[in-house]
Amino acid sequence: MDTSRPEPQLSALYQELILDHYRRPRNKGTLEDATHSVSLNNPLCGDEIDLQLRVDHDVIKEVRFVGRGCSISQASASMMTQLLKERTVPQAIALAERMSAMMQGDDAAARDKALGDLRALAGVSKFPVRIKCALLPWNALTDAMKAGRG
Amino acid sequence: MLDFARIRADCPLLAQQENGHRLVYLDNAATTQKPQAVLDAIVEYYRTTNANVHRGAYSLAIRATEAYEAARETVAAFVNAWSPEGVVFTRGTTEAINLVAGSYGRATLAAGDSVVVTGMDHHSNLVPWQILCQEKGATLRMVDITEDGRIDLSDFGRALERRPKIVAFPYVSNALGTVNPAAQIAKLAHAVGAVVVVDGAQSTPHVKVDLQALDCDFYALSGHKMLGPMGSGALVAKPDLLDAMPPYHGGGEMISRVWDDHSTYNKIPHKFEAGTPNVEGAVGLAAAIGYLERIGLDRIAEHEQALAATAIERLTQIEGVTVYGPGPRAGSHRAGVVSFTYGDIHPHDIATILDQDGICIRAGHHCTQPLMRRLNVAATARASFYVYNGPDDVDALAGALVKAGALFGYVPA
Repeated sequence: MDTSRPEPQLSALYQELILDHYRRPRNKGTLEDATHSVSLNNPLCGDEIDLQLRVDHDVIKEVRFVGRGCSISQASASMMTQLLKERTVPQAIALAERMSAMMQGDDAAARDKALGDLRALAGVSKFPVRIKCALLPWNALTDAMKAGRG
Repeated sequence: MLDFARIRADCPLLAQQENGHRLVYLDNAATTQKPQAVLDAIVEYYRTTNANVHRGAYSLAIRATEAYEAARETVAAFVNAWSPEGVVFTRGTTEAINLVAGSYGRATLAAGDSVVVTGMDHHSNLVPWQILCQEKGATLRMVDITEDGRIDLSDFGRALERRPKIVAFPYVSNALGTVNPAAQIAKLAHAVGAVVVVDGAQSTPHVKVDLQALDCDFYALSGHKMLGPMGSGALVAKPDLLDAMPPYHGGGEMISRVWDDHSTYNKIPHKFEAGTPNVEGAVGLAAAIGYLERIGLDRIAEHEQALAATAIERLTQIEGVTVYGPGPRAGSHRAGVVSFTYGDIHPHDIATILDQDGICIRAGHHCTQPLMRRLNVAATARASFYVYNGPDDVDALAGALVKAGALFGYVPA
């Protein structure tokens, strides 16, 4: 009767690394000298993120976020900020695309070391309604980068 | 004792498996599952009776009109309305409240007037009043709620000092399950000359509603939250008020005579039912009411109160779980809605984990963002019960919550 054996999928979704970032978010806070600020929320579930970056000559120098939401959205935001320092804007956008590919179930992306801790979120691709949680901070980043170049 | 197992067997959808488990449907404040009798009534209408109502001169159209008007009488009797002419079929509660705001409100409200709502209103009984007040330059006053999730009656008294034109509140809170003292609130509001609008989306399915005793002026209900089809619902109003109101939507059916540049309007309730109505919805809603009346509303209320009390007791035994709203011994002051949080586990994570066990709960702000701010939470998880839920569903909920806790490192007590 119980054919799907859900528990392994759930354990893959809620790995310790994800809960660690959820409970001890990295780079949480605000920047006084931000060059880019974006606030995004998901009106369906109420997840929120305020993302701030300081970009100097197309290179991300500092990044901070303040957010409220589920473990997936907040861990994704925390992990993202770890990766962005000293990246160029095109590199940041390429990372966002890689992250999006992993959420679509792309196995190569899920093994890509460039995604760092974010690879722990690969299991989210098995939970379609939660993909938007994982991508919320990345959508904020993409919006910020586009606004900056506009 | 209510035979929930038989009712469950009457609802074909509830026989489904979800993620390899028995489907445990605990999102009844969002919408309810349908008994076969309701599905049959809808199919039967289309198989034998379908024609456009109030138009045809032929027998089939007359039978369709009779079915539609019989449904109106069924709704009127179910809530002890003032008369069937005071029952306007709508798409649901939201449209009914928008009708009151857009017609009665727009015709009577002036700059400097005030409208009173509560801190536990659903967005559907808040945003229409915001739009109206912004348009008219009127003030919207939100009444506080108490710590245990009831309308703060002393703050309500202060709000009445401004002699508001309209007072709107929910009979039963969709997010907390609080059953508000509706008759008392209506009486206080009437004493200062306000018109009283009651959001009945969560009360009509769950408690015996007697509008003449309640003595509000407008009452809104949704069919889909009481075993009926989506897109069915009604505004129930005092007929004299309704009669004096300008039309809401223009079109066929709502007119009497139409000239090039103006029209005269039909009698109530037809004046407010422009266009071809949802006859299938009305017929399905009447079948749902028949089904509920055979069970008995008093027994339904008792059953849900018992389930809620059990759920609250079971959930609060889990260390880290906080339940919002009136306590487990609130008795008839609490309907079968249990809103809770569990430590720092976000409600969406709880919902995802419970879904793996086939358990459907709601996670989020429940269309009550001002209430969530007052409770100082971003979101809650919500289990809401109905006639086909039983103690086995409460067991499943409590068991899956312990599992959720384990995934997040909480140790069961």
